[in-house]
Amino acid sequence: MSAYVGPGITPTIGLSQEQAQLIDIAAAFCRDKSPMDKVRSLLDDETGYDPAIWSEMVELGWMGIAIPEDFGGIGLGMGEVVPLVEYMGRAMMSSPFIGTTLAAQAVLRGGTEAQKQTLLPQIASGSPASLALCEAHADWNLENLSCTAKADGDTLVLSGVKYLVTHATSAEFFIVSLAYEGAPALVVLPKSQVDASRLTREKIIDDTQRSYALNLEGLRLPLSVRMDVSLARETLAHIELTASLLLAADMCGGAFSCIDYTLDYLKTRKQFGKLIGSYQSLKHTAVDAHQAYERARSHLYSAAFLVDQQGEGEMAVRMAKAEAGEAYSFAADRAIQFHGGFGFTYDCDAQLYRRRAIMDCALHGDARYHRRKLADLMF
Amino acid sequence: MLDAKDLDAFTQDAQNWFKENTPRDTDFMLPLTFMEVGTDEQFHFLRDWQNKVYEAGYLGAHWPTEYGGGGLDKSFQDAATRAMAQERTPIMLNAIGLNWTGPLLIDRGSEAEKQKYIRGILSAEEIWCQGFSEPDHGSDLGNAQTRAVRDGDAYVINGSKIWTTQGNYADHMILLARTNPQAESKYKGLSFFLAPMKGEGIQTVPIRKLTGEYGFTQTFFDDARISADCLMGAEGEGWLIAMQTLEYERGARSGQAGGHVMMLSDPNDIIGLAKSAQLNGKPAIEDEAIREELVHLMTEARALGLASRRDKLQPLTQDRPMSLALGGKLSSTDFYQRLNAFAITLQGTRAAYYVGDDSAHDNGIWQRGYLNSFSATIGGGTSQIQRNIIGEHVLGLPKS
Repeated sequence: MSAYVGPGITPTIGLSQEQAQLIDIAAAFCRDKSPMDKVRSLLDDETGYDPAIWSEMVELGWMGIAIPEDFGGIGLGMGEVVPLVEYMGRAMMSSPFIGTTLAAQAVLRGGTEAQKQTLLPQIASGSPASLALCEAHADWNLENLSCTAKADGDTLVLSGVKYLVTHATSAEFFIVSLAYEGAPALVVLPKSQVDASRLTREKIIDDTQRSYALNLEGLRLPLSVRMDVSLARETLAHIELTASLLLAADMCGGAFSCIDYTLDYLKTRKQFGKLIGSYQSLKHTAVDAHQAYERARSHLYSAAFLVDQQGEGEMAVRMAKAEAGEAYSFAADRAIQFHGGFGFTYDCDAQLYRRRAIMDCALHGDARYHRRKLADLMF
Repeated sequence: MLDAKDLDAFTQDAQNWFKENTPRDTDFMLPLTFMEVGTDEQFHFLRDWQNKVYEAGYLGAHWPTEYGGGGLDKSFQDAATRAMAQERTPIMLNAIGLNWTGPLLIDRGSEAEKQKYIRGILSAEEIWCQGFSEPDHGSDLGNAQTRAVRDGDAYVINGSKIWTTQGNYADHMILLARTNPQAESKYKGLSFFLAPMKGEGIQTVPIRKLTGEYGFTQTFFDDARISADCLMGAEGEGWLIAMQTLEYERGARSGQAGGHVMMLSDPNDIIGLAKSAQLNGKPAIEDEAIREELVHLMTEARALGLASRRDKLQPLTQDRPMSLALGGKLSSTDFYQRLNAFAITLQGTRAAYYVGDDSAHDNGIWQRGYLNSFSATIGGGTSQIQRNIIGEHVLGLPKS
């Protein structure tokens, strides 16, 4: 196969030593800390995750991986976060990790110096945070904002409701997007300003995750909560990019485990006197799911390698999110079907994977959304 | 030992050489792959070209010098091969020899076999073909029924092989034949021969492809006597050796002489097509659904390039180490087929025209490319067999 050189994007992939090490560490940690019975036991838990395991992740330095050393982090990049999230996805682990990592990225890219100095060390030492970006219009465009902030003297008055705020009850602060003076803006909303009545748990399709609606109506905050207004658009774009990268990682991980889970069944379940995995209609479809997963994973690690590069990074990440979304969705859809009657039960894990795939696609764009963006970048 | 500086110089020399020596503007159409050599004109042209490339030192650069190779590191041949692809030179003709017979001989041939055959493979003086598939046993190689019966210092061959690429031009065939029909398994009854193609009782009949062109033959053996020395390894090792050969073919094992044997259409060309082709009164590329599908295809194309690079990063292949190597044929051949099929749908009523008509878009290359693409999804183990192989050997599923 001759090398393909696409329009403005070369098939670049690489792996840092740190990434290679983190693959091994994350694989062992997630396998150990999040076996399926643990995942199942957390389905009915209010917060949906185990704070003891969170503390261990903090101890390992995972909250600060992509935070510069000057702000208390480890000083690596988003590329090094990818293996962690991928293996969390394999283990269907739930925690505020993605939201917290993205909040740190938002502050790093668009926060004021004072915000960086206070918030980034907090995150690195283990304070969870979350993003409040989604609105009732259900649009993936993060600049489409109907929630507003208005200056009133030396305070800021907020209005509107934000949706799909993940792990909100655990967050020490929220990064909130708002329309401010006719343009997008971001503010840092501390937990102290959000009393419990403002958070309403949402019934979401993915039982492993937690999300809340956040009512901003009438909140009065000091002007100092504003992040750098001139950087708001750039920061929103950075959030979309990094969120897409991490969700692609979660989905690649999920696709792998989901395929593995299905293979176990195909190798042990007998019908008409034969192992069902010997039937080609199942075998060949399993292969197609596996091939799609491998494609997605190649794109994922290319995106992890290129994410910081202007232009190429965006294309690589969008390809990864599109491919991972389709690979996970297909693998999990077929996982339900191939488990037959058992697949239709809540006890079968196939549904957990399928639901998580839908959730991950619903956040920051599905395959079609990213392909349309790519078309405009490529043609 | 040569170092990186030597490699840079070698690469530069190779690029210059191919820039200067690549033949341009032949007055006949050149085959895009080694499976499309259909006329004597094409054959002689490509044989001369390969010979010239070999004499210049850009083929088999990493094969041992005592057999005619260059004795350099593989990275040198890789650089030369890349230079050929970049310059879009005509293909290397003797593909079976360069990619399969040659590496097989180097890995497990006797000293006499290496001395006898390797130089001729590189120089294209001796063309090789492959005799695995049979008319009644396409993908089921283990069931091959062509007989080889020992008679004194010879084997007598009877039977027929099909899809013999360049069969009518070949001097030698790697032949899989049954020496023991009573063996305990069908596999153990097979033996592997380095058989001459010119001789009494061997007849090749060109096969007309679905495109109307030629490139393959059916080969008939009618009491053909070949020297007993032609046996490679021992009797009964045929299946083992054939499987090793297929690993070269599927890219799961390296050692090939290098040089490109397929001119794959650049997936980017389809973007050019989408810009020039008119569909419903506007360029096809302005259609939302087409744009989305184009991105989808370009994303897939990029994954093919990524996979071969990722395959060298052990931490990213440790889950299923054979996955990317064994999956490559299926994903790439299937992709090129869909790419060509999609390209035809961008042409409106012009989709109806074929090579040779002035109205054909891009001279009909997409239509012809689509039809030819089946040689890759059927040959070398159909896509369906590939799924069995991946399912069983990569995913560990039970045999069908």
